[in-house]
Amino acid sequence: MSAQSPPRGPTVPRTRAKKAAGRTATFRGARWVDERIGGAKFARTALNKVFPDHWSFMIGELALYCFVTLLLTGTYLTFFFDPSTETTTYHGSYAPLRGVEMTRAYRSALELSFDVRAGLVMRQIHHWAALLFLATIVVHLARVFFTGAFRKPRELNWIIGVTLLTLAIFNGFAGYSLLDDQLSGTGLRIAYSIALSIPLVGTWVTSLLFGGEFPGADIIERLYVIHILLIPAAITVLLAGHLYLVVRQKHTQFPGPGRREDNVVGERMWPTYAAKAVGLLFLTVSVLSMLGGLVQINPIWVFGPFDPAQVSSASQPDWYMGWLDGALRIMPGWEIRAFGFSIPNPFFPAVLLAGLTFGLLYAWPFLEARVTGDHDLHHLDDRPRQRPVRTALGVATISFYAICFLGGASDVLSTTFGLSVNAVLWTMRFALFIVPPIMAWATYRLCKELSARDGVPTASQVDWREIPHRLRHGSGPDDGDADENEDDDDPAAAPAAS
Amino acid sequence: MNHADQPERRHRRHRRLALVSVLGGVVGLTFLVVGRAPAGADSDLEAHGRSLYLEGCVSCHGTKGQGVGGSGGDNERGPRITDAGAAGAYYMLSTGRMPLNDPNEQPHRKDPAYGPKDIDALVAFVASLGHGPALTKVDLADASLANGGLVFRADCQACHSASGSGGALSYGRAAPSLREATPEQVAAAVRSGPGQMPVFGQGDVDRKQLRDLVAYVQYLRHPSDRGGLAIGRVGPVPEGFVAWSVGVVLLLACVFWIGTRSPIRSRPGANADADADADADAHTNADSDADVGSEP
Repeated sequence: MSAQSPPRGPTVPRTRAKKAAGRTATFRGARWVDERIGGAKFARTALNKVFPDHWSFMIGELALYCFVTLLLTGTYLTFFFDPSTETTTYHGSYAPLRGVEMTRAYRSALELSFDVRAGLVMRQIHHWAALLFLATIVVHLARVFFTGAFRKPRELNWIIGVTLLTLAIFNGFAGYSLLDDQLSGTGLRIAYSIALSIPLVGTWVTSLLFGGEFPGADIIERLYVIHILLIPAAITVLLAGHLYLVVRQKHTQFPGPGRREDNVVGERMWPTYAAKAVGLLFLTVSVLSMLGGLVQINPIWVFGPFDPAQVSSASQPDWYMGWLDGALRIMPGWEIRAFGFSIPNPFFPAVLLAGLTFGLLYAWPFLEARVTGDHDLHHLDDRPRQRPVRTALGVATISFYAICFLGGASDVLSTTFGLSVNAVLWTMRFALFIVPPIMAWATYRLCKELSARDGVPTASQVDWREIPHRLRHGSGPDDGDADENEDDDDPAAAPAAS
Repeated sequence: MNHADQPERRHRRHRRLALVSVLGGVVGLTFLVVGRAPAGADSDLEAHGRSLYLEGCVSCHGTKGQGVGGSGGDNERGPRITDAGAAGAYYMLSTGRMPLNDPNEQPHRKDPAYGPKDIDALVAFVASLGHGPALTKVDLADASLANGGLVFRADCQACHSASGSGGALSYGRAAPSLREATPEQVAAAVRSGPGQMPVFGQGDVDRKQLRDLVAYVQYLRHPSDRGGLAIGRVGPVPEGFVAWSVGVVLLLACVFWIGTRSPIRSRPGANADADADADADAHTNADSDADVGSEP
């Protein structure tokens, strides 16, 4: 530990600590703050927080660092972007569009790409960061799901997490719809039709959001406020709550020697974990910058300005909306009339499926607790193989949405592999109902086999409550040394500084 | 045996002589009629085209381009091409789409089966069959890319995609990629409407617009690729693919690298407690998890 770090605890004599650290500016600064507004206790608690040392617990951090990158690059973009649907003529440096009429929004996006210094690389990093923000959120969600880290007492944090995912999806869509190129306009057109298909309130919702019939004069301005202010603020607040709950309730951990329901074994925030976290931040930003600098994304100048009368083939949304687009394509063209009203076709794949998806995600911790009758506190994670039913359902769900996504790419798949687009679509229609059960069965068998090989019974063979108990009693030496949080069983109790 | 064959041979020889003399007569008459004017060169070309046509095309398109029916419906084997014109013939032959090996096959771009001179001859012959669109010469010198882009986005991108990469049509048909199309081929396709493509006449796309459009399609072959590696230019599907297969994989590799304790660290350099822990773990933990112990 270097001389820069604040004194660790009362075991160090006060005078010695003063002598050792009092010389440094850091210490004097810290004391100056502490004497005025306090915070030493909080800082000590925070710096002593123990992080479990399995790599998969850092995946959520990737999403956090993607969000940080999004905020930084997004701020840069706001300096140059003009969210206006006012018509103007382009006279910038991209010759193939010179003299073409377009909105100011699209013109400023072109200028960002061709005339603003570092504008294009910032735009590309921003877009890649958005794709990876969503991807890392999904991987993080999968980790939490498959290890059962959402169980009591962490249901609230699961709910916050799912809300963050939906907000991130909405913000991604709002973001790429701002540029007013052909592709984003096509996406808005589909969103308009989906909103219109909601029974009873559809027409009201669309005219409220778009400010009239499509394309609507106000939509870009409104999406801009939503994209750069409302949703990022909501994400920031919820993220703070998400992290606060992680500190308050502590991390879960995998069972192992010395790891019990009432401790966390791993590394302290200071100095080890802080170094890891900062390292990961830099690595994340490097990967995003590398993609943004080397791989072209969303070349809006090729798509041209949006014209509601035109559409390009191979128009797809970004991947995190792709499953919805796929559901729209996979759904047969049925129109259903009920009670004298017709229910528009997009309602089923786009509104009902999306509602079910997020409804089930929100409800999962409670559904599972209800089915298993498990209402106990859990701080030790499951290994996926120990819960074959949950793991099988998770894998089946992932395959369902993967097939939806492939359905959304049906025309790209058929041109790339020389197939008939109808054949691809019909394949997806059948696969949607055939593949998930097969995946579920295969996963279930795999979990059973792996558990049998381990010699650990799975949840269905024994009372699940025995598993942590067994692991606790069959564990190795009790590592009650420096890096263990010696808190009592109740995770809601104030974290004690060890 | 030889004796029996001889009359047959003599007959053939007679027939050949007759054919040659008739052909010679026709050619001679033609020369007599049209003299040595440039039109004579054209009909030479046409005659050469006709002979090539009667060899390579007649089985599907008929002797006069009227098409050939199969067992089922009309012109099942090959469509009527009397009004394909020079533009239609040039497009099909120069892109290698015709001749087809199998009449049921979807025509697609391949190496042309005929050399440039033979193609000219066939084009001249097919043009003579009816009143199809002529070949349009395009001079790209004064073309406006911006104007061409407007025409392209209005008339072409719905099938060929905004980047000209082509797109899927229903039931296995496809709008081809425009990445290899030459200016003459683009102009010929616009005027003749091959396959599923509509015909765009003077009223839809006038001469100037056609010139600008051809220039824009040529531009799309090598567009301004700012921003690095162009991954297919077909929108968000390849981008999502790269995000998962490159981005997520790299990020998870980073996490794994940073988040996994190196086994070397718990060897000599570490303190005694940690060593003891590591040993104890090795005894008690039958699992293969790498992340055991709780050293600083």
